Amino acid sequence: MGYLELQNLHRDFGTVKALNGINISLGEGEFLSLLGPSGCGKTTALRLVAGFDRPNQGRIIVDGKDVTAVAPNKRDMGMVFQAYSLFPNMTARQNVEFGLKIRGKSKGDRAKPVDELLELVGLSHAVDRYPHQLSGGMQQRVALARALAIQPRVLLLDEPLSALDAKVRVQLREEIRRIQLELGITTLYVTHDQEEALAVSDHVAVMYGGVIEQMGTPSEMYTAPATPFVAEFIGTMNRLDATVVDGGTGEVEHAGMRLRVDAAQGRRNGERVLVLIRPESLELEAATNGGAPNSFVGEVLTQTFLGPVTRVKVTGSGTNLIADMSTARAAALPVGARVSAKIPSEGAKLISLPDDGPGLPVLDPDDH
Amino acid sequence: MADEGRVGISTDAAPQALRPDIASGRRRLPLAWLGTVPFFAYAIAFLFVPAGAVLLGAFQDKNDNPTLANVRLLFNHPYIDAYKTSFEISIVTALIGGIVGLFIAYAAIREGTPAWVRSILTTFSGVAANFGGIPLAFAFIASLGPLGIVTVFLKNQLHFDLYGQNFAIYSKLGVEITYMYFQLPLMILVIAPAIDGLRKEWREAASNLGAKQWQFWRYVGLPVLMPSILGAMILLFGNAFAAYATAYSLSSGSVNIVPILIGAYYSGNVLDNPHLAQAMAFGMFAVLALMMLIYIPLQRRAARWAK
Repeated sequence: MGYLELQNLHRDFGTVKALNGINISLGEGEFLSLLGPSGCGKTTALRLVAGFDRPNQGRIIVDGKDVTAVAPNKRDMGMVFQAYSLFPNMTARQNVEFGLKIRGKSKGDRAKPVDELLELVGLSHAVDRYPHQLSGGMQQRVALARALAIQPRVLLLDEPLSALDAKVRVQLREEIRRIQLELGITTLYVTHDQEEALAVSDHVAVMYGGVIEQMGTPSEMYTAPATPFVAEFIGTMNRLDATVVDGGTGEVEHAGMRLRVDAAQGRRNGERVLVLIRPESLELEAATNGGAPNSFVGEVLTQTFLGPVTRVKVTGSGTNLIADMSTARAAALPVGARVSAKIPSEGAKLISLPDDGPGLPVLDPDDH
Repeated sequence: MADEGRVGISTDAAPQALRPDIASGRRRLPLAWLGTVPFFAYAIAFLFVPAGAVLLGAFQDKNDNPTLANVRLLFNHPYIDAYKTSFEISIVTALIGGIVGLFIAYAAIREGTPAWVRSILTTFSGVAANFGGIPLAFAFIASLGPLGIVTVFLKNQLHFDLYGQNFAIYSKLGVEITYMYFQLPLMILVIAPAIDGLRKEWREAASNLGAKQWQFWRYVGLPVLMPSILGAMILLFGNAFAAYATAYSLSSGSVNIVPILIGAYYSGNVLDNPHLAQAMAFGMFAVLALMMLIYIPLQRRAARWAK
């Protein structure tokens, strides 16, 4: 049994099923990110764990005790909100010591842990500042210290970096992870930013439509997405709607072109599958004649400079592919060049699609 | 080069479109301030000049010679009693109106109250806060007067003789009850935006850190609201202190408050001493200034975290 257990949680808002039976088991000291687009139910789940809302069905267990009906002020959970949650009438120090004061700790007993926490989050120099005198990043550091001051059983973070600028986000997420590891605190982190989730978590649960699509380590989520949605949501993925034509050799057909994919071996002939290829797995080179075996021939449509790598979009025969390659090599393949994109037979993943099911899921670009 | 051209257009063209004088190369005197002339003319004619005349007149005798006699008189009977009564009515209605209004506004705004309750309350408050004078006095005489419907209902149906309990709508208590009709709504209107400003995250964060409901209010809610509450109460005090028509219509002058006394000295029917009336008005300025002297440091202390 895990330290934090969410068992078959359901939460309805009228006719909307915000959570439709989610199950999570998290070991003590582990860091789990709930990842998904807006409206997927991740914040609802976090609020249920915090006690701000009650589930229609299901249980929340912490360290073997059912806390589903326990009031939020008796759960001993620390929470960091999106933004603006610091008490505006208190200094950074007063905010951090609030939980200890409520617990009846004397001023003397509060001073040491509060000083240590403020030092831990790098704010020893700003203890007497009021929230409006702190930057967004500093405010979230204070909020983190405040949540940790009560030595919570579980730390809950509700998109704590979403209101910060990109550079501070990266810096602070690393600090959150460092502090979490240092204190060994069980942590539930809600975010819609997949890069953030992959960077800091022990486990990631991708949610969509009130259910968990897949849960695993960041590496598993990236390399072996279990559903088309996860494939779409985690990182950038080339997706080819294909049909298995020879399960013995692992051949699939996409847009009239035959490709070898190791993962198709043993599949039923005629099975509808989704071939998934990461952009960095594709090898692009100038096309000579008909191109190399297991290759897709097309024309460079766009190039996007991303620093050390350049993202090249190739199109042809009704198919678009994205490849990431070194900027130096991409210079040799200008827009309009005819190129061959080699599909790696061993690197491509496969997901079964229902034979008569819907097409590929399309996500709102804003959700990424 | 093409890009440079676009940048040039985007930074230069916009101001030119808004400022034709820049486009033409001639600088014109800004004329936008002319729009404020009617306001300032009105304020000078009907606020600053009369206020100046009052201040000046307070220190003049009947022959317009300088004197402190009028101001000295304010400390004698019946003038000092009028200030006492005015102060008492104002402080009582400001405190009760402020506290009860705060609770009503919070109850209407808090999470869980249907939105239509707030909508109705705000609309009613907007009307009631501006309801006063003869219509308000008549409404209270018709309801709480000796033959008012509430008085009669209490007597006939509940066998409770309101006027047998030393109550009279024409008394100081009657004036205070009547004033509550506009003091409460005014408080609701003034404090509602401040209550809106209490973030849900603060309550949840406090609860998450172990605080009970009262602890949230003790350490966060009330301290955050305090500057607004103090400001609203000062407004209520001033509102009651300067009210004239309602009290006059209700009590026909039997309740001795400063504005009624000023009216009596100005109208000249029985008493005629405009300079004494001006001295009393000066006294009202002084009381309000004193209240501000108390309010400003309190407010500054309550809002020290917002600076």
